[in-house]
Amino acid sequence: MNAPCAAAPRRLVAAGLGLLLVAATACSASSDAGSDSGSSSSSDSLELTVLAASSLTEAFGELAKTYQSDHSDVQVELTFNSSSTLAEQVVAGAPADVLATADEATMQGVVDEGLTAAAPEVFARNRLTLVTPADNPADVASIDDIERGDVTYAVCVPDAPCGAASRTLLDLVGVRAEPVTEEDNVRDVLTKVTTGEVDAGLVYASDAQAAGSDVTVIDVPESDQALNADVIAALTDAAEPDAAASWLELVLSKEGQQVLGSYGFLPAG
Amino acid sequence: MSAPAPPGRFSDDDGLHAHLHAGQGDFRLAVDLQVEPGRVVAVLGPNGAGKSTVLRVLAGLQPLTAGRVRLSGRTLEDPGAGIRLPAQVRSTGLVPQDSMLFPHLSVLDQVAFGPRHRGSSRTQARAGAGQWLQRTGLSELAERRPAQLSGGQARRVAITRALAAQPQMLLLDEPLAALDVRAVLELRTFLHRHLRDHDGVTVLVTHDAIDAMVLADELIVLDHGSVVQSGPPADVAKRPRSAHVAALVGLNLVRGTADGAAVQVTGAPGAVQVVTAGAHHGDVFCSFAPSAVSLHLTRPTASPRNVWRCIVRGLTPHGDAVRVELGGDLPVLADVTPAAVAALGLRAGLEVWASVKATEVQVYAA
Amino acid sequence: MARPDGSTRTSATGALPWQLLLPSLAALALLLLPVVGLLVRAPWSTLPQRLGDPAVFEALRLSLLTASAATGCCLLLGTPLAWLLARTDIPGRKALRALVLVPLVLPPVVGGVALLTAFGRRGVAGRWLDEAFGLSLPFTTVGVVVAQTFVALPFLVLAVEGALRSADPRYDDVAATFGASRWQTFVRVTLPLAMPGVASGAVLAWARALGEFGATITFAGSYPGTTRTMPLAVYTALNSDFDAAILLSLVLLVVSVGVLALLRERWTPGVSA
Repeated sequence: MNAPCAAAPRRLVAAGLGLLLVAATACSASSDAGSDSGSSSSSDSLELTVLAASSLTEAFGELAKTYQSDHSDVQVELTFNSSSTLAEQVVAGAPADVLATADEATMQGVVDEGLTAAAPEVFARNRLTLVTPADNPADVASIDDIERGDVTYAVCVPDAPCGAASRTLLDLVGVRAEPVTEEDNVRDVLTKVTTGEVDAGLVYASDAQAAGSDVTVIDVPESDQALNADVIAALTDAAEPDAAASWLELVLSKEGQQVLGSYGFLPAG
Repeated sequence: MSAPAPPGRFSDDDGLHAHLHAGQGDFRLAVDLQVEPGRVVAVLGPNGAGKSTVLRVLAGLQPLTAGRVRLSGRTLEDPGAGIRLPAQVRSTGLVPQDSMLFPHLSVLDQVAFGPRHRGSSRTQARAGAGQWLQRTGLSELAERRPAQLSGGQARRVAITRALAAQPQMLLLDEPLAALDVRAVLELRTFLHRHLRDHDGVTVLVTHDAIDAMVLADELIVLDHGSVVQSGPPADVAKRPRSAHVAALVGLNLVRGTADGAAVQVTGAPGAVQVVTAGAHHGDVFCSFAPSAVSLHLTRPTASPRNVWRCIVRGLTPHGDAVRVELGGDLPVLADVTPAAVAALGLRAGLEVWASVKATEVQVYAA
Repeated sequence: MARPDGSTRTSATGALPWQLLLPSLAALALLLLPVVGLLVRAPWSTLPQRLGDPAVFEALRLSLLTASAATGCCLLLGTPLAWLLARTDIPGRKALRALVLVPLVLPPVVGGVALLTAFGRRGVAGRWLDEAFGLSLPFTTVGVVVAQTFVALPFLVLAVEGALRSADPRYDDVAATFGASRWQTFVRVTLPLAMPGVASGAVLAWARALGEFGATITFAGSYPGTTRTMPLAVYTALNSDFDAAILLSLVLLVVSVGVLALLRERWTPGVSA
């Protein structure tokens, strides 16, 4: 009975030291996070947080490199996810400087909350296209083939920009067959196609391009009537409003438009 | 070591003929058993002697390393010939230590368990079980669960369960252990009655001399895996050949070498003798009752020719008398009256003289 | 160790030590606040109309159906496996037990990916199932049950193995001497004795299956009525209608707690209310 009592003060000291150690490493870790891995190691480099729809992964990735070489004191932090998820996060108070969504309806929700610094601007348009796994196992030749009983296909959830557009497009071409799964963002639809789990999927043309030889692309002419507008806005609570403004400038500039075009996006106009 | 029952006493096709060799390393069992149908053999011995192993091996729960088991003309096990029948088909009825009634079954279903797994339908088995419960006077317990039974009741149910299986070989492992005095008395009577009625072979393991005397036709005493004595209970009790049995039946036992009337005690410190009334030669046992031992404060010079110097080690009440544990020249037990204890002023550490008349010492060959 | 009357309270006297009280309160706060948050933020005013939405009960029905089916599969598959681990001496039991623990340590999404590599259309076994029988597991309700069984199985196997280990094997010996074969002994003696452990394991497995998300969404996909169980419905609703997400969460919470509360302690020692 005596030994544990005698050891108690020692154990408390050990626990206390342990806690101090954890706190110290945590503090140093967070101060390191400020000065990121990258070209700039100075502790007072700015961080520009950009939230963008998944379809913009490659295009914005390239633009970020351009931006950073022009603005050596700014580090661009890109986060890609489904537009609705990002919009929801901004409304819930996630700290960000710029938001880019894949349709206007999703951005509207953020605008309604008064969280955008100015009116959002359309910077690109995207059209849907049908993709199949590279070897096209179900022999899909056109969107009408989806109606065949043996063909399975994936789309985005109806509340995502890509899903809304898919629903519109399918109604347009008169396809009534239901998808086997509704994915939360367009990249997940793409994954289901590239891994061969479904015979076909509706994704953006830019996503199809990004997938390269992993997919076979089947054009859907009617997709011109179901275009999504990619919109971008700086946020009111931006930590770096100047950097945000210059990022918007880059995206809307000729250079930015060229980059977007090279990744399969249609021009804004 | 006494020889087992002479071969040919009863036919090889009847009863139990077992030559058991089992175990390995530190513990090896080497036991011969011959039991006629309808007879009860009790296996006695100290803890660790191998008594439970005998039952496990007979039941088929542990394999033989050598030997043979034949029951009612059927070879149950013969490692040499590669025969080993599983426990399920040996027609045994086991009454384990602690009863081991299946906790989730009613008493009726417990008793029906054996017949049910030997081919009877559920209804048949339960009907038969009901009859058995009547025969053993346990009908009123039929719907109870083991948790609702007293120790004695549970033991009786376990025995009924074994009997209901109508086994050719009944195996009981310390059936009267861990029960209160009253339950032991009732159960001993119960066993006596139902074992008599059982026409198969019965092997009963026990710690208790009285059980052995009352219930068994033959006694086998084990120690360290081997048989040290066997025979009818009365003989074994009168002439114990092991300290264990001697202690069980309450006799002092001494081993020594006899030359005429004097016996040199083996293993006693110094030269200690026991003087007997007869003449013997060779390796012998000497036994005498504690009541035959008298204690004196000074060395007696009268008739007893056996006088030993002892030291009192302890005193315990023993019925009407007081049992005195003595060490010294010859460690013995003496029973004296309480009055004598007072008169002699007996207490632990006191030096006394113990004497026994030569005529009170029984001598027999070892 | 419990006392004979079942009580486990200490009889020590004196004030409750703050060293134990404070962390306990912190733990309680951590557990209670999210539930309180759900209750406070729930869309109480629109509750009646929302509950009338067939999608809510479609997801709930699917969840209850698949979780129960998965628990059934766990019992059928897991109990014999537990017996193998606890009561036999086949070689490699240690490795087997480690294998059983794999779904416990795998993040559920990783489990889903693994299931795809095995049972997906191009998976090791899935490819054969598709070619030989035209059977495809992804995007089907059966696929959901498979994913849930995968993650819930360790809970059941471990609970049953524990129960079998602590059951006295001497009962098996006695049953054998009365003529019961190993199978009969298992069904009539071993299993009934291990029943409380089996029940606890089943409850744990059911709860795990009900809450399963990562493996389901990765392997079985998400489609209303077929594969969109409650957790998936909450996830989908999260981004479009946060209030709907809260409502769905509350419904799931009420159902789960309700079922657990209904279970009595003596049937499922250590698990239920």
